[in-house]
Order: sequence, then structure tokens, then C-alpha cells
Amino acid sequence: MSQALEIEEPNQVASDSKTIFGFWVYIMTDCVLFASLFATYAVLHNNTFGGPSGRQLFSLPFVLTETLILLTSSFSCGLGLLAAHKGEKAKVMAWFGLTFLLGLAFLTLELTEFKHLVSQGDSWRESGFLSAFFTLVGTHGLHIATGLCWMSVMIFQVSRRGLVAANVRRLTLLSMFWHFLDIIWIFIFTIVYLLGVVQP
Amino acid sequence: MKQTNPSDVTFRSYAIGFVLSIALTVEAYVIALNHLAGSAGWALVLALVGLALTQMVIQLIFFLGLGRGPRPKLDLIVFFFMIVVVSILVLGSLWIMYNLNYRMTSPSQINNYLHLQDGI
Repeated sequence: MSQALEIEEPNQVASDSKTIFGFWVYIMTDCVLFASLFATYAVLHNNTFGGPSGRQLFSLPFVLTETLILLTSSFSCGLGLLAAHKGEKAKVMAWFGLTFLLGLAFLTLELTEFKHLVSQGDSWRESGFLSAFFTLVGTHGLHIATGLCWMSVMIFQVSRRGLVAANVRRLTLLSMFWHFLDIIWIFIFTIVYLLGVVQP
Repeated sequence: MKQTNPSDVTFRSYAIGFVLSIALTVEAYVIALNHLAGSAGWALVLALVGLALTQMVIQLIFFLGLGRGPRPKLDLIVFFFMIVVVSILVLGSLWIMYNLNYRMTSPSQINNYLHLQDGI
């Protein structure tokens, strides 16, 4: 077992488990937020107001690339957490660094798609479908951006202070958040993109 | 030694979750590609949503270590409560809105609709 864990006090362990449970509750409430956006999207997705539908707008290979990048980042984030529990600082920095880069690549792709849509005149102002689409996918992107800020702070913290108990706890919460974002993306990938292209 | 992290999630667990997730993603993608031309029935929608739900469960277990954290029971209770709320929210919204849609169409649209949907 790692050194970081052995030197922890029983109080520390109890308060850590409380923090982790609290964060879990937060994630569950965030699921409810996304569920309401999904419901909005499902209700509005046919209301294209004469404009383009998902079938004309979405490019499946592009979205598959995004999905695989985010999935890989979720995996590398998990490996980073494993290294944190073993007390291997260099590996933590490497895995979370990789996760950060993959997350940044994902966000860049998402913003590229938004920019492309807006530049060809299909912004959120055009139809109910596009409003719902931008709100749902944009909220996910906002979460990703927040996660990236958090991750860069954590990489800095670990490089300055090492893997102290507080940092390991924060990395645990961060990786929970990141896995959660990947799970939300599965549903965006399926419901918005795949079904959007398949359904006429 | 007491566990402090939410997971005794190991490398093996992450690797299994990763491989299964990729397989499910690619499967959903291929199914969607194969049905680009034809009209999508409910079976296809259910298949794709089913694959997404499967992948969610896999990631919850293999990535997030659901049910293996420091407070597994509480975690699960909150999780299932969330599922209940989300189901009511999503299914309820769709049910109400489609019903409204059905009731608030104009007579000419309704004739058209009945002709298309119910063959009347």
C-alpha cells in the first residue's frame, strides 16, 4: 500500500470519505441538469423551422473522433489516479498531462464544430432544434472547460507540493468528474448525433 | 488497511472498461452507418439507446467503481434516486409534449397525421 495512505489519520480517512460522498451527490444532481437539457432537446429536435436538421449538419466521422478522444482521456485520467494512490508523482504528472491535452483537443474540436455551424448561418437563433442543440452540447463543453481549468490547477499543485493527502483526495474528485463527463458524452453522441443522423 | 479512495479500481478494471467502451461505441457507430439510407424504426432507436445505457453501466462500474467506494450503499441509494428523478423528468416531458403536439394540431394537419400514422 502506498505511503500517502499509511500516514493518514483515521479522522482524515473519515472526512475524505465524506467529501467523496458529497461530490458524488453533486454529480448526481448534475445528471438531473443534463437530463432536463436532454428532455428539452428530445422535445425540440424536430422543430427545425424550415432550417437544416441534424442529418444535414452532423458529420459522423468527426463526432466519432471526438468520442474516442474523450474516452481515451477518461482512461488516462483513471491511470493517473491509480498512480496517485501508489504515490508515483512523475506518472501522475504524465497521465494527467496527457488527459489535459486530450481534453483540450476535444474542446477544440467541439468549438470548431460550433464555429463552423455559426459561420454557415446555423446558429442557435435559427430554430428550436439548434437552440436545444447548442444549449445541451455547449453545457457539456462548459463542464469540460471547467474540468480543464481544475486539472491545470491540480497539475500545478502536485508539481509544487507533491502527492500529499489533500492532493490525492482532490485528484480522486477530479477523476470522478472527468469520468462523469465522459458518460454524459456517450448520451450526446448517441441521442444527438447518431439518432439525429439516422432519423429523417 | 482501510481504503480511502472511492475505488479499489485497478489497472485491469480500467483496461476492461476502456476496451468494452470502445467496442460499444464502434458498434453503435457501425449500426448507425448501416441505417443511414433506410428509415429509422423504433427498434433502431431502442438498440442505440440500449448500447449507450450499457456503456454507461460499464463505465460506472469499471471507471467510477460504483458500489465499491467508501460508502457503497449511500452511493447506490443516491444513484438510484437520480435514476428515478431523471426517468420522471425525461419520460414525463416527452409524454406530455407529444400528447400536446397531438392535441394541438389543426384539423387539416390532424387528417394528414391520422392518414399517415393510423391509416385512416
